[in-house]
Formats: sequence, structure tokens, C-alpha cells
Amino acid sequence: MLTVNRYKCCYCGACVSVCPTSSLELMETWIEISQGCKECGICTKICPVGALEVKA
Amino acid sequence: MKYDVVVVGAGPAGSMATKTLAEAGLNVVMLEKRQEIGDPVRCAEAVSKRGLKDLVEIDLRWIAADLEGSRVFAPDGACIGLSEEQSGGKTGYVLERKIFDRALAMEAARAGAEVMVKTRAQGLLKRDGKICGVSAMRSGETFQIEAPLVIGADGVESKVGRWAGIDTTLKPKDISTCAQFLVEDKSIDPNYSEFYFGSKIAPGAYAWIFPKGETVANVGLGVLGSVSSGTGEPLRLLQEFMKSHLPRGKVTEMNAGGVPVAPQLETMTTDGVMLVGDAAHQSDPLTGGGIIPGMTAGVIAGEVAADAVSGGDVTRASLKDYEDRWKKPHGNRLQRHYELKEFFVKLTDDDLNSLIHSLAKEDTAKMDLRDMLKSLLKLNPKLLWGLRHVII
Repeated sequence: MLTVNRYKCCYCGACVSVCPTSSLELMETWIEISQGCKECGICTKICPVGALEVKA
Repeated sequence: MKYDVVVVGAGPAGSMATKTLAEAGLNVVMLEKRQEIGDPVRCAEAVSKRGLKDLVEIDLRWIAADLEGSRVFAPDGACIGLSEEQSGGKTGYVLERKIFDRALAMEAARAGAEVMVKTRAQGLLKRDGKICGVSAMRSGETFQIEAPLVIGADGVESKVGRWAGIDTTLKPKDISTCAQFLVEDKSIDPNYSEFYFGSKIAPGAYAWIFPKGETVANVGLGVLGSVSSGTGEPLRLLQEFMKSHLPRGKVTEMNAGGVPVAPQLETMTTDGVMLVGDAAHQSDPLTGGGIIPGMTAGVIAGEVAADAVSGGDVTRASLKDYEDRWKKPHGNRLQRHYELKEFFVKLTDDDLNSLIHSLAKEDTAKMDLRDMLKSLLKLNPKLLWGLRHVII
């Protein structure tokens, strides 16, 4: 499962821009993950502050 | 709620498009999902003086620093100095985006546009298969805004294009993932911007120190997405850079962001939709600078949109003038810069060292980026053979 550590996230939206299934959305100050997430992990590599993680 | 045009996003590209439309007498609304415009900053804030002067009347309240020149550091620490306006038009002024973005939005409002903050577009409205506005949410309440044309100025995380069938998803190799601190340190040179290259410092991109006053600077770095190992590498590398370069620096603000360093989109319009700024990957792939290109596109898009809406034809054919005017010269130049970036990111630290060393005896202070690249090609024909077809 993809998780966002809200305490680390700087809500920059970099993860949203690379999501191949358009499953992430930057609201005002938080990221929302929708059902379409395939847990591909691309966003976790892009996040500049290491706030995203795919957990088993 | 009915308008002629809805602009999604109140960054510099959105505000310029909105202002241009309002000045042309159109009924336009600009939506900003955040409650404040210009915050949080996701930008190193440097712009070319000439580029900015061509677009707006400059107000000194936006300007944090007026630079004299820049320095480029090789991976081995060798340094060359360049004078003002030399780093790809990237240096010149360092802006205060929190003030600048608000001022541009104010200008749009003053020209007659409506502005709605804390208002997020959450989808496109369609009637008979035609786009006719956006569904929006403000403070938790959903409502509809009808308009024949939607301009997506919604940044790197753009959704407008994807909703309209334009795939704006960035490949990891086409995004630079960045972290930045606002640093207070007496050792900062207030007159020079600095660029640091090297695979150990900022793989696939560079680190920067852009002064914002006597003892204050934006200190940040990017990592190319395709070589980023995950777990917050930009932030970790920035902390290391601080230790080695500004060990006594005090961090007073932290920023993060993704910068498109991508090829030009094949299309930036569709029936009833136009994209501008980072949403249309209009940042310069070589320098990462996106303010001037975004504002330039905003003005062109605003002009074309005003004609299209006034003429009652917002089909892609009618909006194509925007793409044509963008492409030549702006898009073509950025596409060449993309080819240069694709080449330069493959160079090793040894390659970068020998390139920067090759300029040691040249009079770089009088060169602009183009002169410098030409000079590099002349001095390093073998190393830069792959670039022989790129028109510089």
C-alpha cells in the first residue's frame, strides 16, 4: 500500500506529476491517493523529501 | 456561475493569461486552490532581467537581489566567473515570489478579472461531449463554473490537461526533483549566484546558491528523477551540501518541488482547453527556469483565447495559433535546450571537469550562455561530438 507521511510531506506535487495512473492529487496541504494506485513506486523515487513509501 | 474563460491556477502563467484576457474585455475568473497566492514557494526565484522587463513593468518590491554575475563550479571545485545575464538568462534578479505572484494576481484583478482563492478545480464540465467549464470546490462546497474555454495553469501537478485527454505525465528522466533552504549566513556573496555541478552534489542537475539579500540566499539542489534513488535524496544531499559549503548557515525556510525538464508537448491545446506554464512543461530543460517562459506563454494564450472566445470558436483549430506562436521561437529554443540537457546529463564528473577547465583561459566574463556553449564546442570537439547537430 502507498502511504504518505504527512509530517514529512512538503506538498510540492512532484509525485502527482509522475503518477502514470493519475491516482495522486495535491489538495491544499496534503496528498490524496485514489483507488487507481498500482503501487508502482515511481512517486516514492521522485519525492524530494522521502515522504512516500510503498509498504507490503 | 458563467464566465468567458476559467483559468485554473494563480501562478505567474495563470495571472498573465488572466490579465491579458481581462484587458481584452473578457469576463474571466482565475481559481487558486490554496488560500494564499505565491505560497509555498516551489522555485529558486531567479529570472533574467531582460526577460522580466519585456513582460511587465518591474516593481522593486518584488526584487530580493539584483545580481552582478554568477560563478560555475566544476565537480573538482574549479570555478569560472560569468557576468550578468550569462547563465542562460537564468540570473539577473532573484525575486520574492510570495510578493511577485500576489502582485501579478492583483494586476489581473485590477484589470477586471475575478479571483477565487481556496477554490480547487476538480474536473471538467461537459455538455454534448463539449467542454463547458469546471466543477470546483471551495471550502468543502462543490459548485459549477460554466465557460466555453478552460486554461490550465495548474503547475507541475496539472490535472486539467489529463482531464482533457492531453497526457502531461512526466517521465522520471524528465523531472528534476528539488529541495531548497532559505539560509542566513554571513559568508553569502550578495552579488553573485553560484552553480555547483557533480554527481556527488546533485546527480543529473546542479546545486545553487541564489542570494536574496546581504546575508540570505536560496540554497538548493535538484536530482534528475531517473537517477534519484528514493527516500528523499534531494533533501539528504542538500543537508550534505550545507555541511560542506555553508556549515554555519541557519535554515529559516524549507521548500521542495519538481521541475519539468521535459521535451515540448506535442499538443498544448484541445477543444475548449489550453495549457500554460509548468502544466505545459514550458520550463527550460537546461536551467530549470520557468517563470519567464510561463509568463510569455500566458500572454500569448490570453491573446489567442480572447480572439477565440470573441469569435465564438474555441475548437483546437482556432486555438492552434497559440501553439504556433509559442513554438516559434520559444518552444523550438526549449526543445534544443532539452537536447542539450539530454546530452549533458550523461557526462561524467571527469567530462564536466575538463569542460570547465577548458574555459579557464577564455574571457568568460563577456560571454552569454550561447557564446559559452559555442566556445565549449570549439575547445572540446571530441567530447561534445554528440552535439554537432544541435544548433546553438
